[in-house]
Amino acid sequence: MDLVQKQLYSSPRNYRYIIVVIAITMILFIWSLSTVHLDEMVENGWSVAVNILSGLVHPDLDLLFDLTRQGVLYLLVETLAIGFLGTIIGACLAVPLAFLSASNVVPKPISFVTRLLLIMIRTIPAIVYGLMFVRVTGPGPFAGVLTIGFLSIGMLAKLFVDAIEDLDTSIFESMNSLGCTTFEKIRYGIVPQLLSSFLSIAIYRFDMNLREASVLGLVGAGGIGAPLIFGMNAYRWNEVGSILIGLVVLILIVELFSNHIRSRLVRG
Amino acid sequence: MYNKIIPSKKWTLPNGKVVEEKRSKTPFIFFVLIVATWFSVQLTNFDMQTIISEARQFWIIFADMIPPTWSYLPEVWQPLMDTIKMSLLGSIIGSIVAIPVAYLASSNIVLFKPIVVLTKVFLSILRTLPTLVSALIATLIFGLGTFAGTVAIFLFTVSYVGKLLYEQIEDADMKPFEAMESIGMTRRQAFRYAIFPQVLPNFLSTSLFCFEGNVRYAAILGYVGAGGIGLLLDENIGWRDYTNVGMILFMLILTVYIIETISEHFRKKLI
Repeated sequence: MDLVQKQLYSSPRNYRYIIVVIAITMILFIWSLSTVHLDEMVENGWSVAVNILSGLVHPDLDLLFDLTRQGVLYLLVETLAIGFLGTIIGACLAVPLAFLSASNVVPKPISFVTRLLLIMIRTIPAIVYGLMFVRVTGPGPFAGVLTIGFLSIGMLAKLFVDAIEDLDTSIFESMNSLGCTTFEKIRYGIVPQLLSSFLSIAIYRFDMNLREASVLGLVGAGGIGAPLIFGMNAYRWNEVGSILIGLVVLILIVELFSNHIRSRLVRG
Repeated sequence: MYNKIIPSKKWTLPNGKVVEEKRSKTPFIFFVLIVATWFSVQLTNFDMQTIISEARQFWIIFADMIPPTWSYLPEVWQPLMDTIKMSLLGSIIGSIVAIPVAYLASSNIVLFKPIVVLTKVFLSILRTLPTLVSALIATLIFGLGTFAGTVAIFLFTVSYVGKLLYEQIEDADMKPFEAMESIGMTRRQAFRYAIFPQVLPNFLSTSLFCFEGNVRYAAILGYVGAGGIGLLLDENIGWRDYTNVGMILFMLILTVYIIETISEHFRKKLI
């Protein structure tokens, strides 16, 4: 037996484990197939699809370049504002929660309870928040801002916690030996370590929030969602096409921009 | 650009050498952020007073959800299972379809540039389309029900897993690939034996993560008639039956927690 074969045979083998996992996945897959009822298909589905496509490629250009309050441009700016302000509110609320659930900052029981709270905040669907906040502030972009803010807390805090738990604590020892005060330790020991990753996470979430903000109009929480959904329900595909084009372009631009900033933040 | 407008600070060292220190951009970024926040506040009619005076409303709804109606559980069960089935099916098929799509989108594997660019643009557009919109279009084409939801989740999974997968393929170590090509394998064979094993753990981990998220997304798809628990949620909120809403949310949170725990266990094993 030569060296290569020896190496090959000595590698750990867990075929049984892999086969069991694959088998379970297959069983789950077959179980979930029962949700597909192709017999319920709409008969004119194909013609509807063709209609939609032709509407999407012939967008309503008047609407797209309309500069008034009903125009796509204004609605996009409003959506952008909702996403931006929501992200800032969410980030402000997420920072204390993240510190409260980091296991190297607070005792275990507190961090466990905060983690549970974060899972709850994260799981409640956007639309439920939307409906609740519409009740608080009345319909309009304000409700959207609060919804986005609350919605972002869960994911932001979860990612912030990872950054906090990666903190390099040996720096504090050296700062102690220099005689730094607590404030100095926070300012020069913690903030520089966390700021860039926090910012990068917040920008990433802003990206996602823009997408979320575009559907919140469904519950009357402002932004471009309402005209989009109304247009779709009324089969006005030209309008839908122009709104979607605006939305896709905006999201792509923001994504390019945020990727650029984030890669610079990571590289320092 | 910024450094040209604001001159850098000059320090003279003891040995007479002049060193330039670039000015920090922090004040400028801070200023931009403040201006953007101010504009956003104006645009969205943000008002602190309303929050303080009306915040009670928010907690009232929460308080109404407790305690949830436990007897409502049997009715929640079926839609909840539908939601899980929808996201499972969409995630599995989506992840599998994402492999060939990601293959076509990797510039180091496919040498014909137009295909790479086209696939990448296609994935970007698919990813920016909100799930709710694709679900609504799917309900118009395939009719109301869980199938439309499955299609929406499938599309999202393809775009998400596809993007992360092609990024990993492009980052993969190309040396084994070149070695295999040099001993006479075709590009596809070399991809299968040199690149695929490298990206497989990450691919599985991404797919699991996407599945976790999909369960959460699937919960709102019912709002546009694409089946699952969202429909029930929508109805009960409409009737202001908040104890039932509490029950639904409780079950949803429990399910997501269980799925997250299982998937986190496997993802830790994979990496």
